[in-house]
This record gives sequence, structure tokens and C-alpha cells, in this order.
Amino acid sequence: MKSNETWKSWLRGDLDLTDTLPEAQMPSALEPTGTETSQTSGEEQPASMKTLERWELHLFQKLYPFFAVLMGLAIVVVLMATVFSLPRFGGEDVPANNEVAERYLADGIEETGAINFVAGMILDYRAFDTLGESHVLFTGVCAVILLLESTEEVNIFRRKKTKKRAPAPRLDLTKDPILHQAALFIVPIIFLFGIYVVFNGHLSPGGGFSGGAILGAGLIVYASAFGFEQTERFMNRKVFRMVTLCALCFYSLSKCYSFFTGANHLESFISPGTPGNIFSAGLILPLNIAVGAVVACTMYGLFSLFERGKI
Amino acid sequence: MISSFVVNFPLFCIVASLLCAVVCSVLVSHAAEKVCWGLLMAVLAANITLLVYQIQNGESVTFMMGHFPAPWGNELRFGILEPMIAILLGLVLLLTAIGGRMHYFAQAQTGHRSVYFTMLCLLQASTMAMLFTNDIFTGYVFIEIATIATCGVLVSRNTPGSIAAAMRYMIFSQIGSGLFLLGVILLYGITGHLLLPNICAAVQQLWATGEYHLPLTAAISLITVGLAIKSGLFPFHFWMADTYGSASPGAAGVMSGVVSKLYILFLLKLIFCAFGTEVYYDSGAQNVMFVFGAAGALVGSVSAIHQRDINRMTAYSSASQIGYIYMALGIGGQAGVIAALFQLIAHAITKPPLFLSLARLRDVSGNSPYFADLQGAAHRDRLAGISFTLGAMSMVGLPTMAGFIVKLQIASAAVSTDIGLKAIPTLIVLALSTVLNTVYFLRTVLRIYTPSETHPADPKAPWWSPKGGRVSATLAYAAFAAMNFGFGLFSQPVLALLERGIGMLGF
Repeated sequence: MKSNETWKSWLRGDLDLTDTLPEAQMPSALEPTGTETSQTSGEEQPASMKTLERWELHLFQKLYPFFAVLMGLAIVVVLMATVFSLPRFGGEDVPANNEVAERYLADGIEETGAINFVAGMILDYRAFDTLGESHVLFTGVCAVILLLESTEEVNIFRRKKTKKRAPAPRLDLTKDPILHQAALFIVPIIFLFGIYVVFNGHLSPGGGFSGGAILGAGLIVYASAFGFEQTERFMNRKVFRMVTLCALCFYSLSKCYSFFTGANHLESFISPGTPGNIFSAGLILPLNIAVGAVVACTMYGLFSLFERGKI
Repeated sequence: MISSFVVNFPLFCIVASLLCAVVCSVLVSHAAEKVCWGLLMAVLAANITLLVYQIQNGESVTFMMGHFPAPWGNELRFGILEPMIAILLGLVLLLTAIGGRMHYFAQAQTGHRSVYFTMLCLLQASTMAMLFTNDIFTGYVFIEIATIATCGVLVSRNTPGSIAAAMRYMIFSQIGSGLFLLGVILLYGITGHLLLPNICAAVQQLWATGEYHLPLTAAISLITVGLAIKSGLFPFHFWMADTYGSASPGAAGVMSGVVSKLYILFLLKLIFCAFGTEVYYDSGAQNVMFVFGAAGALVGSVSAIHQRDINRMTAYSSASQIGYIYMALGIGGQAGVIAALFQLIAHAITKPPLFLSLARLRDVSGNSPYFADLQGAAHRDRLAGISFTLGAMSMVGLPTMAGFIVKLQIASAAVSTDIGLKAIPTLIVLALSTVLNTVYFLRTVLRIYTPSETHPADPKAPWWSPKGGRVSATLAYAAFAAMNFGFGLFSQPVLALLERGIGMLGF
């Protein structure tokens, strides 16, 4: 009986009912040897592919875009309808304009010591979220290090460059006279402005995230204009690790102390100080510096990893 | 007023996990490993203390993170359920990492080993934070940490396949995160709060008055769909096969045992504490969950039967088990939720040893995942064979194992529910799915126990480690098996604790 044969072959593991592309094909499909792998893979194995399967694949390829667009449109319509029935942004009687925002604005300066309400909110009222956020950045860099920083042949991203294909034409910005001259002038200003934004985060708009992003951008401009050899004098793997370590450990430990005293209603030696002074607002200034350092390192680190595969 | 020092433990656990993660990244791999094991054990001990305290205390504790109470500052909130699940997931993380250690060290690059332990610490941190938080946005932040850390654990194997798998996982997962975040934004827009108790009060009022009905429904659906995609519910389970298939066994175990469960647990917390069960049930999201859960339980099993690759088969089996969890949640009522939680626990302790042992079976079969080559693998590596068989037995639902209690609980929940419409489909899906589970697991077990002539077993090799595995790995397998039997034989205390736990969540 035929079904008996099928059963036996399934039990042996020879029979495969659905897979048109077995997993063994996957690595080879990723190899950058041929440009038209995806087109040819269908033709290469006509023997193993039954007519029915090919027909199914064909139908799938025909119907997929149609249904994808239909689905996308449906979601767009629903979400647009939702957006139009939301409370009007910025209105006086919207739900978000409640006792939460009121207290942040009315008592924020007194309770946190920060003139900048946003800094007071993210680094004092809701500091736990920000603790998580800064670790998200750290996690991101670690994941990219795992992905890109590799010397072995197995890494597809690195292997691409060792193959004999002509490298994609890339603009070498270090030889660009305009960038070179402009960077000489602009980089010190960027750094100065970044430091200003970080240090005045509790007094004026800005803070660790925005100031750190400015500093990171400055580092990227510097590295693009003068080459990584120049930035490596002060910004290498060791410095990167140490800055991240110190900043995140300081953040975790100081906020742990603050949370602990807050939750247990204990006396804390951290005081808001005189609002408006540069040394005020308790932990907000040092936390801004820590966050700024992490953000700057992350931005530069990601740029460096994607540009040359290491920090 | 805080009454005991013990209630500070979740804060210390989260901060210590984050600290250890950062410290691990600068240490050499052996030191990082010690820090990581130390941390996981310390968190375990802290959670056990907390659970004991909470059982005596008998009421849920709200812990202010800082000097400002809700709705201004962040908060943690925990009853019995949170420390209980934290113990379990922490234990699964620890045992999986120990069991998958040898494979990881054989496959990873030397320079990257310490970063792997960083990722494990971060996963521990997000486990604790997502279980204990009382704030939807904190939940989102730690969802992100869990997602990125999982990608990191996945790419640490560093083969083209695993990198592609990690990318695919990341794309799916980011779609889930994006939808979840959209839901959070909508919810904030119409309630004006981020802390769960305040959201809940506002949602109850909005639902009663009918104001902002569409945004509220959209928020509920977006949050549910986002977390469902991340946990791999049908029809979003397609990333699972490739991801689990090409990940290192430790990574696959951690993903299926801990990470995918975290999202479901967070969804459960939101259902109880942010929407309120009644609003959630009224919105109809629960019925959708039931349909997709039931479909997932069947489709996952059917796909598993079709595979000729043992990794992919186990991955599809995961999809089917996740379907059970959602199906039980969809049945609703106290019994349904308890069944869902028990299934979650049972799957978390069963799937990681399956992934770990099948990696060892592959090792003794020329590193081939295909059934044709796996013939007789259980004779070549007996410990892995036993472990795989025990896991398969639990998945199928043999009595005395955790998997049996799950099916019993789901069935009794379905029968006891008021709405009779769900009882019959549940029983049919359970029966069909059990048969399908049996079909593919029995086939695998038959295959690995059929002696092979081309690959005969080495009679001199010790039964616990043909390839020089450590004692620790053996202990990890034994612990998983013991837990499986423990939950199967002594399910009553666990069920009673779960019942008290969800009572404290506000059911």
C-alpha cells in the first residue's frame, strides 16, 4: 500500500511534506558569492520540488503583495480613526493634563531643585525608567559588539570585505579639505556646547541625553575628518569600557541609595540645594553627566563599530 | 509604611543585576562567569526569602521607587505570584545557562564570552523588573532590554545562520515592541497616567461612560498583539523555527524558557492591573486570544510533524505550547488563568532541557539535525536521550509529569466556565493536539532509540558524558527532570499558591 510506504519514509525522516527550502540551504543563500541567489534557488532544485509545491509558491508570491497591502491599509484606516478620536493635543481638558503634570510643574522646583522640569521628571520623579533607558543604550552597544566585532571568517558582515569583489566606492572623508578645515573650527565648539548642555541640564533645556548626543556627534565629526587614529589617542576600547562602567555603576548605586531612602522614608543626605545654582538639584547634575557620558560613548561606539568593526 | 527589610529585595535584585551586567562587560570571561553565576544565585535566594515573607504577610506590597508615590514616581508592586515566578524563571535561566555552557564555549569567540554573561545578567534584570513593576513605561523599557539582550545571546554563536536568525527575531520583535509602544501612547493619551493602578481606575471610568471607546479598544488590541508577536503566538510564530533552530542550545533554551514567558506574564499583569479583567473580557480581546491560541496549538503541532529537522520540530512544538497558554488565558475566569500560569511554568521547565539535550544528540550524530542521521543517538549519549525522552513525555502529557496537570487544568477550566461555547472547542483542540504531540515526539524518541549500524554507540563511554561534559550539566538535566516530576506529582500546593497569587493581583 502506498500510504504505508509514506508513513515509513516519514518515520525515517526522509520525507518532508512542506519544506521547499530546507534549512541547510539557508547559510548558502546568505553567502555573498552570487548576486542572484534568491532567483536561482527556485530553479536549482526542480527535481525535488513537486509541481504542486511550485504552484503553491507561485500562488503565494502572487497573493502575498495583495494581502500585505490590504492588511496594511486596514491597519492604517483603524489607526487613523483612532487618532481622530483622541483628545485634542494640548487642550486644557485633556486627560493628560491632570494632577500628575500639575504637581510636576507646581512643586517640581521645590521638590527636585531643578529649574528644568523635564530633568526633574526624568531624573528624579521617574528616575527608575531613565536607569533602564541608559542600560538600553549599553545593551545595544554590547549586542552590536557581539554582532560586528569579530575577526573570524564566519561573520558575514566582515567576510564581505575579505572577498575578492571590488569594494564599494567610498568617500574617504579624511582627505576632504573642506571637512578638514571646517572640523578644525567646528569641533571645539561642538564639544564646548555639548559640555554646556550636559552641565546645565538641570537649569535650562537639555541634559544628559541631548548633551551626550551632541558630544557623540562631535566625536563622529572628529573621527570622520581626522581619521580613527586621531580619536584613538583619547577614545579607545579601554576608555570606552571604563567610562561606561563608571557612569552606569555610579547611576545604579546612587539611585539605589535614593530609592532605598525614599521607599523606607529614611533621611537622605541628598538635598535639592538652592534652585538656580549650578551645584544644586541633588543628584540630577551628576546623573546628567553620567548619562551624557554613556550617550556620547554609545553614539561614537556604534559609529565606530559600523564603520570599521571595532571601538 | 514599609514594614520589613525584605521588601527592599526586588530593588536590590534589579540594581545588582544591572551592576553585574556592566561589571561583566569589562571582566575576563572566567571572572565574568563567576560574577554571573553569583548574581543569579543571589537573586534566587533573595526571591525565595521574599516569597516566604509574602506567604506569611498575605497581602500585596507597593514599593515606592524614590521619594514620590504614585502617580508621580515609579513603583514596584508584588504579591505572591511575582516572587514565585521570579524564582522559577531565575532557576530556569541559571540551569539553562549552566547546561548550555559547554556548547557556548565551544562556539563563541574568545573575546565575546564575557559579553554573553553581561546579556544573561541583563535578562535577569529585565525578568525582575518586568515581573515586579507597577508602571507600564518601566515595563516597556525593560521589554527593550530583554529584546536586545536576547538578540545578543542569539548572535553570540556567530554563524551566518544564527546572525540571520537573530535579525529575523529582531525584526519581528521590534514590530511587537512598536505596536506595544503605540498602545502605551494611546493609553496615556486617554488616561493621563503611566502607573497601573491609576490607569486601571481611569480605564474603568472610560469604559463605563463610553468615552474614547475606539482609542481604548485600539490600545488594548495593540498591547495584546504587540506582546503576542513577541511571545510567538500563531500566526506570528514563524520566526521561531529558524531562530530556535540556529541558536546555540543555551540561547534557544533561555528564549523559549524565560524571554517568551516574560512577555506573556507582563500581558497578564496588564490585564489584571491596567485594564481590569472585566473591561478586558468585555472588549472581546479574550475571545480573539482564545481563537488564535487554539489555532496555534494545532498549527504548531502540524508544522512540527512536517519537519525533518529536530531543532525546527522542537521550535514548532514551542509554538504549539505557547498556543496552549493563550488558549487557557482566553478561556478566562480564575481557573483559566491558573491553567495558563501552570502551563507557562510547565513549558518553562520542559523546553530548555529539550533544546539542551537535542544539541547533545546532534553532537554525537555528526552535528546533523536531521532525523535520518539521529538514529541511535540516544545510545551514543544516554543522558541526553533520557532527558529528551522525559521532556517529550511531559510535553505529550503523561501522568506524573507537569504536562499532564496542564492539560487537566485547561480541560477543567474549560468545562467549569460559564460560557459553554468554549468548552467543546477546548476539549477538541486538547485532544487533537495531544494526539499530534504524541505523533511527532514518539517518532523522535523511536528514532533516537533505534540502534544505528553506521554510528554504533561507544560501549566504553560513561553514560552521562560521552563528550566530556561537566558534572554541572548533568546536574542541570537532573534538576529540570526533578522539577518536572515535582510539579507533576505535587501540583496542589503550586496551584494553591497560584490561586492566592492571582488573588493578590486583584482578580
